Amino acid sequence: MQNLTLLDGQKFQITIKRLCHQLIENHNDFSNSVILGIQPRGIFLAERITAELQQILPNAKILSGNLDITFYRDDFRRREGPLVPSSTEIDFIIEGKKVILVDDVLWTGRTIRSAMDAMLAFGRPEKVELLVLVDRRFARHLPIEPDYIGIQVDTINSQRVIVSWKETEQEDKVVLLSEK
Amino acid sequence: MADQNQILSTRHLLGIKDLNEKDIQLIFETADTFKDVLNRPIKKVPSLRDITIANIFFENSTRTRLSFELAQKRLSADTINFAASSSSVSKGETLIDTVNNILAMKVDMVVMRHPYPGAGIFLSKRVKAQIVNAGDGAHEHPTQALLDAFSIREKYGDVAGKKVAIIGDILHSRVALSNILCLQKLGAEVMVCGPTTLIPKYIKTLGVKVEFDLMKALNWCDVANMLRIQLERQDIKYFPSLREYSMLYGLNKNILDSLDKEITVMHPGPINRGVEITSDVADSKQSIILDQVENGVAVRMAVLYLLAGQK
Repeated sequence: MQNLTLLDGQKFQITIKRLCHQLIENHNDFSNSVILGIQPRGIFLAERITAELQQILPNAKILSGNLDITFYRDDFRRREGPLVPSSTEIDFIIEGKKVILVDDVLWTGRTIRSAMDAMLAFGRPEKVELLVLVDRRFARHLPIEPDYIGIQVDTINSQRVIVSWKETEQEDKVVLLSEK
Repeated sequence: MADQNQILSTRHLLGIKDLNEKDIQLIFETADTFKDVLNRPIKKVPSLRDITIANIFFENSTRTRLSFELAQKRLSADTINFAASSSSVSKGETLIDTVNNILAMKVDMVVMRHPYPGAGIFLSKRVKAQIVNAGDGAHEHPTQALLDAFSIREKYGDVAGKKVAIIGDILHSRVALSNILCLQKLGAEVMVCGPTTLIPKYIKTLGVKVEFDLMKALNWCDVANMLRIQLERQDIKYFPSLREYSMLYGLNKNILDSLDKEITVMHPGPINRGVEITSDVADSKQSIILDQVENGVAVRMAVLYLLAGQK
């Protein structure tokens, strides 16, 4: 296994900050926008973005929730066993709101498809946008593209992109793993 | 970490006997999320959309059949229902022939209730579909035991260390056996209580306490699970009269209030009001009978989801 660090330290923080400012450009004070982190790994980015936005906009009320997509996946019975679901916590109304879906890595796009399905069970948003920290380009199985991108990387299928977080893995880092 | 496959140790749900503690906890954790789903405005998820389930009931049922059917619909499975009373079984068709004919219509899973103990096990060895036992004679009723334990867990936070008394017709009850096995696997203490004639002879070998005095059982337990007298399974007289049974083993409000602690009252249904339990107890705050029914759908969704997810 070979590890290549794509993002860490100060650059990681700058990227998060830039994503926040890009969001503010489109969503002003977030009075009509909500953030949904996709379980299990997207919620850390969503929490970080929410906290950062709250700092930049101290008077805004930023609504943020978690969305579990387990029951909406398209690979049920196509893998060894069923996945264990995580919790969905959405204690606000998404009907008519602008929803920003947040995930750590965008690869095939299948997770996002499931997330859109899962989200629609809670209402009809006015608009849905996608924010990802890492965009693995040229690997999509579905016509899905992100609106906000932390970094773009070109990868091959056998490689893996791992995002680790201070909260759980002691360090903010994006690493590309390759099998030698 | 949720991005992991978790598989039940069994391909069918034939009885609690085949499950280990990890399986039961996995079912409970999955049921927690389904309970969440059931409280949403849209109570349906698409997980089982390419699965067809046959509900085959050779014995009467209201709660279990409706609960299974609703669980299947909430998971987007296609379902067909079969009741033995209105079928070709009365023309002399055997169980395996009946089931194989149903499976020929491309069915992936069978939920079966049958009056004979072991019918599910018998079937699981001879047909390709996954079998879920919805009650086989006086043997097991695994999903009932799971939802009972799930309801105790919901009420107290944990099943381990709790004292549960199962009171009534233990001899003819599949709920009793499944409950004993399930509660013990989760670390609870179990006592059975009833007239001597309705307590199976060697039940102590299961490691349960046996008590013939209702008051002693109630004073001991945290949870009392009141069972129905299964008159339809009693071929001889086991006690002089229902009235006498209800005087000695029926739970009423006076008895409940005379205890020095607040116990929880459960009942798997159907209730014979005025026999094993009076109306004011069934409808009291201490009763979680309707919570059991609500939890039944979530627990059955979890069982179907976890079984169907196996390759």
